[in-house]
Formats: sequence, structure tokens, C-alpha cells
Amino acid sequence: MSGATLMAAPGPARRAKVAAIPGFGLTFGITLAWLGTIVVIPLAALALRPWELGLFGLIDSLSDARVLASLRLSFGAALLAALVDLPLGLALAWAVVRMNWPGRRLLDALVDMPFALPTAVAGIALTALFAPNGWVGAPLAQLFGWSVAFTPAGVAVALMFVGLPFIVRTVEPVMRDLAKDAEEAAATLGATRSQTLRRVVLPALAPALLTGFGLAFARAVGEYGSVIFIAGNMPMVSEIAPLLIVIRLEQFDFAGAAAVGLAMLSLSFGILLLLNLAQRRLRRSRR
Amino acid sequence: MADCRTSRRALLAAPALLAPALLGLRPAEAQQSLSLLNVSYDPTRELYRDYNAAFARTWQQRSGQTVRINTSHGGSGRQARAVIDGLPADVVTLALAFDVDEVATRGLIAPDWIKRLPNNSAPYTSTIVFLVRKGNPKSIRDWGDLLKPGVSVITPNPKTSGGARWNYLAFYAWARKQPGATEATAEEALRRLFRNVPVLDTGARGSTTTFAQRAQGDVLLAWENEAHLALQEFGAGNFDIVYPPLSILAEPSVAVVDRIVDRRGTRALAEAYLQGLYTPEGQATAAKHFYRPRDAALLAQHADRFPHMELVTIDDAFGGWAEAQRRHFNDGGLFDRIYRPGR
Amino acid sequence: MSQFRPATADPAWLRLSVAGVALLTALVLLVLPLAAVFTEALRRGLPAAWAAIAEPDTLAAIRLTLLVAVLTVPVNLVGGLAAAWCITKFDFPGKRVLVTLIELPFSVSPVISGLTFVLIFGAHGWLGEWLQARDIQVIFALPGLVLATIFVTFPFVARTVMPLMQEQGREEEEAAATLGAGGLSTFLRVTLPNVKWALLAGVLLCNARAMGEFGAVSVVSGHVRGETNTMPLHVEILYNEYQFSGAFAVAALLALLGLVTLGAKVVLERLAGRQAGGAA
Repeated sequence: MSGATLMAAPGPARRAKVAAIPGFGLTFGITLAWLGTIVVIPLAALALRPWELGLFGLIDSLSDARVLASLRLSFGAALLAALVDLPLGLALAWAVVRMNWPGRRLLDALVDMPFALPTAVAGIALTALFAPNGWVGAPLAQLFGWSVAFTPAGVAVALMFVGLPFIVRTVEPVMRDLAKDAEEAAATLGATRSQTLRRVVLPALAPALLTGFGLAFARAVGEYGSVIFIAGNMPMVSEIAPLLIVIRLEQFDFAGAAAVGLAMLSLSFGILLLLNLAQRRLRRSRR
Repeated sequence: MADCRTSRRALLAAPALLAPALLGLRPAEAQQSLSLLNVSYDPTRELYRDYNAAFARTWQQRSGQTVRINTSHGGSGRQARAVIDGLPADVVTLALAFDVDEVATRGLIAPDWIKRLPNNSAPYTSTIVFLVRKGNPKSIRDWGDLLKPGVSVITPNPKTSGGARWNYLAFYAWARKQPGATEATAEEALRRLFRNVPVLDTGARGSTTTFAQRAQGDVLLAWENEAHLALQEFGAGNFDIVYPPLSILAEPSVAVVDRIVDRRGTRALAEAYLQGLYTPEGQATAAKHFYRPRDAALLAQHADRFPHMELVTIDDAFGGWAEAQRRHFNDGGLFDRIYRPGR
Repeated sequence: MSQFRPATADPAWLRLSVAGVALLTALVLLVLPLAAVFTEALRRGLPAAWAAIAEPDTLAAIRLTLLVAVLTVPVNLVGGLAAAWCITKFDFPGKRVLVTLIELPFSVSPVISGLTFVLIFGAHGWLGEWLQARDIQVIFALPGLVLATIFVTFPFVARTVMPLMQEQGREEEEAAATLGAGGLSTFLRVTLPNVKWALLAGVLLCNARAMGEFGAVSVVSGHVRGETNTMPLHVEILYNEYQFSGAFAVAALLALLGLVTLGAKVVLERLAGRQAGGAA
């Protein structure tokens, strides 16, 4: 009981109000059943499997140089992609919500395209575009001598593609809801536009940006379908962790595959939890 | 109190929502009259499309039954795993005996499967050849030419592709046959070879696309039949096939999955299906799709299509698949070691 | 000039550069891949593309894909709404963990999510023998496809509704409850109208993703042509048979289905905006 009181965020006064809204039991029950059947039980099956290797076997199986390199690539490229997506997504959301121009609706619909396009198709299309003989790859190769496809940069591009809509879609509703009054008030009080943006608009958007960042990152870490086409898949260089899982499965090494899966899962769970905590702090400091 | 009750009701309600999805559907095969599922690897799509149609006709004439033959294609290892995990395959036609052995060790196929049909249960064979760009600008004639600086080699990943394992082993067999060769020199040659490989696709078809469509690499290591198919699909004017003097005899294995056919009562059909591959018609279909037929007369008849090469076998050169897999492709095997940094 | 612009308008350079970044991003990451898909699809002309789609195996794949989506969306709709309600309207210990668990399927590699169901329902999984004894096929059949798709699209509804419900706070529901409204009528009359557009957006996204899912489905499908192949898997098969224009034709159809769904969403939102404007 004391634990519950400690953790229930705003203390006893708020708790009294909780009882006012009905339906906690029902919705909580449905949530648990839904979450349990679809997410928790399957993931438990995954989490239990690697232990048949024993603790040392598990450590061994994960400390292999190739496993470490692939985890580094998956998490590094996902972080990078989500970071790059942040300003791009913000700009897109702004263009969709705040600007009045004819292509707005079309752009709005296009933003969700990475959700709708099968990842394998996206991978093939991106590879065709960024290959040294592709529409984008050819000019990049000729003008700058850059190659994107079949290098780690290709991994990052594919991950940017899958992560982008998450940022736009989490920021957009908040941006829409963001009352103009606050901005007007700030302007009336003599704030310059850049001050208003920095002190009023960005802080209001920050929690949503953080959520979007977390989602884009999380989605990118595990991405497989679109990456294998563009990555080149060279061990130690452009081999992503999910590919390593597939490789181990092909060798009938279920426990080893589940071990990499478990490592990825724990890492992403930790990062998501941190982001959620950070977001709560942001939200509270705003109130 | 009320909360407590509603939550319990909810806990019961939600799985009830899922139940139809979980239990509502039985496998489609149970309702169908007569069907056969052939689980195969990637490059046999065209072969079995032809063969299935021919076999269905023959079976109809022989027994009066219409039969629907379903196929599933994918990487050989992945397909074997699907059968192990419960994909109800009546027959498997995979890229290498090792994958059939894996299914057999799980008790789905009798351990002596390889003896049940002629020629190690491999009705057709294939080998590994080079596909190069038109006119062979880098003049690649033999395995040694792949090691030259500036030659870029495309092959799939031996970890995920059965075909790539044959590529790798053919090269290794060549390296061991060089004058004064030792295990160390062969390993060094492998390391040099894979230094020239810029992309490792997960499957043979992926590599062909990378080579032909994305214009990567100077030479593609490919199944003989895939090389011919690539000429057909991407234009014979763009590529040439090079036959190295030495290569490996690839014996793709076929087997009836005993546990499934006994459960489904399809044993007679499944056995007839595989035996049909050894008939003159079956052999001709294989030859048409650029698989080397076992029938010596037919092979001689197609000598222009299947030039003579010295072919080593997996048993002679590597002591069988289990040994080759363990030494070369398992975690920590030779293929992993050549990618280990700092060497 | 500049003193005439409203105080809340941004300076021209900022607007231009934001618009430039937005357009360039949209062009390279969104428009070009789509254009590549359609170009390839139509390379051999519209009739050839149509023939690829009208082929019986493709039609079977289309039917299966729609069936999977129809079974998936309601489960995630009910679950997502329930989760959003109990998370945003109540305080209870462990809430952050719950939210994180709900988001988790996004970060689980599709390969792993397919694998987990194999570990449970596969012949050597927890329930494998029990299911085999009863001749029930879960993986490599429709139930497995549906389960994997539910898993992958799990967070969409909850994640789109939650931020809005959070922003809107609890006052209205509390007022309704104080006035004696029951849970269901509070939800139907107060909450639902407030979040209906976000909810719809979530449902449409869930649907779009359910139709396009590849990785997880690929693990549990078995790839039997005309039987357990969904559209994305059929695309892969055609592509691997070097039928590039056929593969891209099916992919383009899939993209079109997605775009229609997404277009419907935009139109509905616009109608909603007009309604709200009229009411105000």
C-alpha cells in the first residue's frame, strides 16, 4: 500500500478524484488481457529461451565480436536516424499544420506512407534509388563520390525512412492543439518571435518530440525488411543485429537467436523507459 | 467491489475476442480433396512449376484423381526450419543434404532417407559457375582470378544461403588443390576472396539482382541453372557464363516427410511425385531448366549446355555435410574467423 | 514591411527554410521511393501490371491480406482504447511500465515477433504437441498471421489516442461522473467525441500497417503460394522470380490501398475541422 501511494504521482488529493471517473476495473482488465496475450506471454517465451545456454553460455554468445558490432550498428544507426529525423519531422509537421499552401493535404497523406508501404518494398525501392546507378545514388556518387547503398549510411537512410512518420504524427496533434493565444500573449508581452518560439512553442512541443524520437528510434532498432536490401550485410561493417538473429535461426540455433533478441529487447526497453521518465519530468515541469 | 467484478469479466472477455482468431481456422489442407505440399529452396521455382503441371496430368491419368500441388520457396535453411516448426510439407526438395538431415534428426523423416531413392536421393545435380559482364573485361577464367586486386565478387552470405555454401566450398576445394597448399594457405585465400566481396545478400536471388540490376561487382558466383536463368531474364547480350575448370558437384536432395504423409495419408502420392523426377520426362524437365540430369544419355545430348568440368564431391573433399558445416559455417567456424578483426 | 506582419507569424527566412527542409525531406524520403515503385510497375505498361494483379495467386494474396487486416484492427481498437482510458484517466503504480510495455512491440524486431509465436505455437514450442494432437495449425496458417500482425500493429491506436487524451485532461469526465453519468455513457458522450479523429487516424494507421507488414508475417507464413501468402510476401516471391514489373504492380496496389486509407483519413479530418469550425 505504501508503495502504491509513493508511486501514484500527485499524491492523495489526486487519488480521491480518481474514484470519480468509473471504468478503471474494466479498462484495466482489458488492457492486461490484451497486453498479456499478445505481448507479455510471447516475449516471456523469448526471454526464457536463451537461458538453456546457461548464464555463461549466454554471455559468451553475446560477447562475440560480431554480435557486439551488429548491436552497435543497429543501435547507433537507429539513434542517428531518429536524431536526423527530429528536425526533418518537425519541419514536415510545421509545413502540414501551420503553413497554408496547396500541396498541404497531399503532403499530409504522404507522411504516413512509410507505415503503409511493406518494408521489403521500401527496401527495394530505396536500394534502387540510392544504388550507384540510381536516381539519387548516381548524382551523389558523381558529385561527391559518396556511396550510400551497401554501406552503413544506407542502413541509416532506410531507418530514417521508417522512423520519420512517428515524429511527424506525434508532434502534429500537439502542434494543432497548441493555442495561438499563448503565442499571441507572448508577443503582446513584447517577446520577439524567436523568443516566443524558443520559450513558448518548443517547450510545449518538447514532450511530443521526445515521444516521437523514442518511437522512431524503437521502430528503427528492430527494422529488418527494408535494411537487408540496402545494407550490404558485411560482417563487422554493415550487418544489423536482426540479420544476425536470422542467421542464427538458419543454423537451428534457437537459443542463440533468442539471446540476441533478448539483448535487443532489454536495451530498447531500457531506453524507452528512460525516455518515458524524461518525458514525465518535462510534462511536470511545464504544469 | 463493483470494480473487482468488472475487471474479472474483462479478463474473461478479452481472450474470448481472440479465440476465433486462435482456433477458428483449421488448416486448409484438411478440407481439400487431394493436395501435396512441396517445400523447396529458391532456384527451383521454374523447374517445379513445370514439373507440377506435368505430374498433376500424369496422376490424373493414372488414378483419376485431381491433385493440387502447392509449393513454398525460400532459403534452404529457412525452409528446413519451417518444416521442423510444423509446416506440413509432404515432400522437401532442398539445396543440400545437411538441411534434410536437420529435419530427419527431429524425427520427421526416417534416418536412412538418402538411401531410399537412387543417386543419393538427388534426381538432378548442379554446380557453381561464374557470371561475368559481357566480353569478360576482367578476364576471369578460374578461381584464382577472383583474388586479383580490383576484382569485385558478388556472392550471397554462406550463413543464410545454401547456394553460397556451395560457392564457398567450391572455392575452398580449388584452394586446397593448388600446388603446395595447406589449410593455412586455403584460409588465407578465403580471406583474400572475401576482401573482394562488397555485398553479401541473404539469398542467391538477391545476389543475382544486386549483380544484374544494381550493376555491382565484376563476377557473380552462381548456381549453373541460376546463371542460365539470369541470361534469359536480364538479356544474354549483357553477360557471359564462365565455366571454371574445377568446381563442386552440388546434389540437391529430395525426401518424403514420413510423419506428415502418414498423418495425411498422402504417402503413395508423395512417393510417386519424387519418383517421377527420375523418369525420362522428369529428367527432361530438369535439363530444360538447366539442372544436370542423372540420365547419362540425356546429359550427353545436352553437352553444349552442360560442358564437362572436373567436379569434386562434398564427401570426398570435405568428409560430408555435417563435417563441412561444423568446420566452416557454424558459429566460430572458419567463415566467422576470416571476418574476425585484427588478423 | 516586417512590422506589418502579425506578431505570431514567423519571419520569411524561417518559413522558407522550414518549407524547404520539409519539401526536400518529403521529396527524397517519401515521393521518390513511391515514384520508383510506380515507374517499375508500369514499365511494361498498364495491361501487364493489371494482368499481374488479376492472376489467381495474387487475388488469393489480396483476399488473405484484407482478411488479416479485418481480424486485426478490432482487437487493437478495443485494447488500445481501454489502455488509453485507464492510463490517462487514472493514476496507479506501474503506469510508466505499462506505457512502455504498450510501446514495446514497435521496438521488437519484426523477425523476433514472428519468432516468439514460433516458440509458443511451433511444433517444438510450448503448445506445439497439444496443438498437433488436435490437428490445429496456428503458425503457417491464418491464426499465426493474425497474431503476428496484431503484435506488430499493437501500439498504433493506443499511441495516437493517448497524447490527445492526456492533453485534454480529466475535467470533463470528472464533471460527467459527478453529474451521475455511468462509465459507458461518459465514454460515449464525452471522451469519444473528443478523441474520435485521433482514434480514426490510429485505426487507419493500424490498418495500413497491418496490410503492409512483412518481416513478422514472413516468419510465420510458410510461404505457400495461393494459401498463406499475404500481399507483401507475394511481392517478395514475384521479385525473386525476376517478375519485377509484376512484383512492383502488386506493391503499387498495396501502396495505393495504403494511400487511399491515408487519404480517407485526411478527408475525414478536414470534415471534422469544418464541423468544429461551424460549431464554434
